[in-house]
Amino acid sequence: MNSFAFFGAIETGFIFALVALAVFISFRILDFPDLTVDGSFPLGAAVAASMIVGDFHPLTATACACIAGAMAGAVTAWLNVKLKILHLLASILTMIALYSINLRIMDGPNKALLGVDTLLTPLDNLSFMPYYIAYPIAFGVFALLILALVIWFLQSEIGLAMRATGANPRMARANGVNTSRMVILGMAISNALVALAGALFAQSQGSADVTMGVGVIVIGLASVIGGEALLSTRTLFKWALACVLGSILYRMVIAFALNGEMLGLKAQDLNLITAVLVTLAIVAPGLKVKTKSKLSAILNAKAKQAQE
Amino acid sequence: MQNRLHFLGITLLAIFALIVTTVQAAPESKYVAITQIVEHPALDAVRKGVKDVLSEAGWNEGENLKWDYQSAQGATATASQIAKKFAGDNPDVIVAIATPSAQAVVSSARQTNIVFSAVTDPVGAKLVKAWDQPSKNVTGVSDLTPINLHLEFIKEVMPEAKSLGVIYNPGEANSVSLIKLVKQYGPAHKLKIVEAVSPKSADVQAAARSLLGKVDVIYLPTDNTVISAMEGIIKIAEQAKIPVFAGDTDSVKRGAVAALGFNYYQVGRQTGQVVASILNGKSPQDIPVQGIEKTELFVNPKAAVRMGITLDQKIIARAKEVIE
Repeated sequence: MNSFAFFGAIETGFIFALVALAVFISFRILDFPDLTVDGSFPLGAAVAASMIVGDFHPLTATACACIAGAMAGAVTAWLNVKLKILHLLASILTMIALYSINLRIMDGPNKALLGVDTLLTPLDNLSFMPYYIAYPIAFGVFALLILALVIWFLQSEIGLAMRATGANPRMARANGVNTSRMVILGMAISNALVALAGALFAQSQGSADVTMGVGVIVIGLASVIGGEALLSTRTLFKWALACVLGSILYRMVIAFALNGEMLGLKAQDLNLITAVLVTLAIVAPGLKVKTKSKLSAILNAKAKQAQE
Repeated sequence: MQNRLHFLGITLLAIFALIVTTVQAAPESKYVAITQIVEHPALDAVRKGVKDVLSEAGWNEGENLKWDYQSAQGATATASQIAKKFAGDNPDVIVAIATPSAQAVVSSARQTNIVFSAVTDPVGAKLVKAWDQPSKNVTGVSDLTPINLHLEFIKEVMPEAKSLGVIYNPGEANSVSLIKLVKQYGPAHKLKIVEAVSPKSADVQAAARSLLGKVDVIYLPTDNTVISAMEGIIKIAEQAKIPVFAGDTDSVKRGAVAALGFNYYQVGRQTGQVVASILNGKSPQDIPVQGIEKTELFVNPKAAVRMGITLDQKIIARAKEVIE
């Protein structure tokens, strides 16, 4: 792997860490399997790119992308809690609707940002650092900032109510938590993060494209699960940090898979390799526990024998 | 002494052999990296075209050509990682097939030579400033419908035609840009352009009728709305004896007089030639972005007769396919 590929993997990893944190909130905290992500990621990109091309400040454009994402998430949650549509179906409905909406926003399938001033332009010509190192550092700082915000939020009073909603909705309601409102708020935050990632990714790679959402949910899930395999999930901080690390791990895996020619692997094997590696990451800790428990069982039995 | 001479001779021979092999191999060996957004028959054909041309020009994979092909399998984030890997590998040329892959490469690899292919609107995608103004490291081949060639062909078949009718749906972005080109090239071929819009398939016949008496010939661009209901146009055109030409070869089977199509393998070959000339030392900024040059003619002589013209034998002989 060359340094471009290495720093590129870290950069993309930090951007998708936002998606991982979003999936963490929807899947883990709220227990809401949310596929809106595949639509809200390009939504964020589309809004940001269209506004930047339309001469808005990149910062305004990125902020509006977040708001658009929050609205998408809120719609999914509203379909679920108010219209009683199954959560998975509700999110799929929003996702396919967003495809058309994204085409409308961009007035076509693609909006180019090459050569246009974006949030990243100031990093292009730093005297002390090449852009391909400056980008990942900037995204890293940003991702950790968002991580801190998410952790702070989840420990606040509202955040605790949200966690209760996901863990035991009946109990939460009994304690006076408005669970519908919590689901809507949580989904809005989650999809705002996804749209933010989309907006940043569009600016980093030079365009927004209507197809760029394909598989984002899989990436997010793989990052969360992979991260959980790396770190323990005992404290909230470690759990959320695991998502960020998982995202970077995922990108590293892909970077390695791209260099698969030495193993006799070809371009078309990429998705398979990724699936195998992610499966390993998911299964490995389970195996560890199993062998551990088996070992301890054997040891216990032996100890008993010895006692007798 | 004898031994020493022997040793000296062998050493000299080895050094000589080393020099010869390095001299032969080093300047010839090239590294081409190719990135493609997804596996798709058209895009795969482009890639094959590039490779075939390079091998005809003497660069063969495994011998003197390092050929690194990566597909993003539809994931834009992977396309961006592939672009970064290529930027670091620093090949002689990066070939990027389709718009998202091309944009990813152009944003990541700022020093490497880049040749894009199968990009319909390279200016709109901000890959280059203008067709005749490639960037210092970026040029390529577009798969935009060759409207100019189409109009030229219509004039060849019907030299006396003065006005050309076009039917399209203004809601299709692709059609709008094609019509813009028709209007741009029309005057050069002494054709007055008359537009008829059809926002829905149900309006297509009415649009065709509105052209009667105003035009000598009708051209149908590759517009999904219009093409899906083109039989209605053919019927009206046959009654009024106005020849209909199409932008896609499939429509010829459905009753249009003729169409100049193109295939993606040829687009790939054209791209391969651009790559080859860069490998030979030319700079991308000296190679303007190219449109489609090689087309395939499909004709339907019977449809022509029904619309009141006879196709010249010479034109029929040139056709790749004659619909009976």
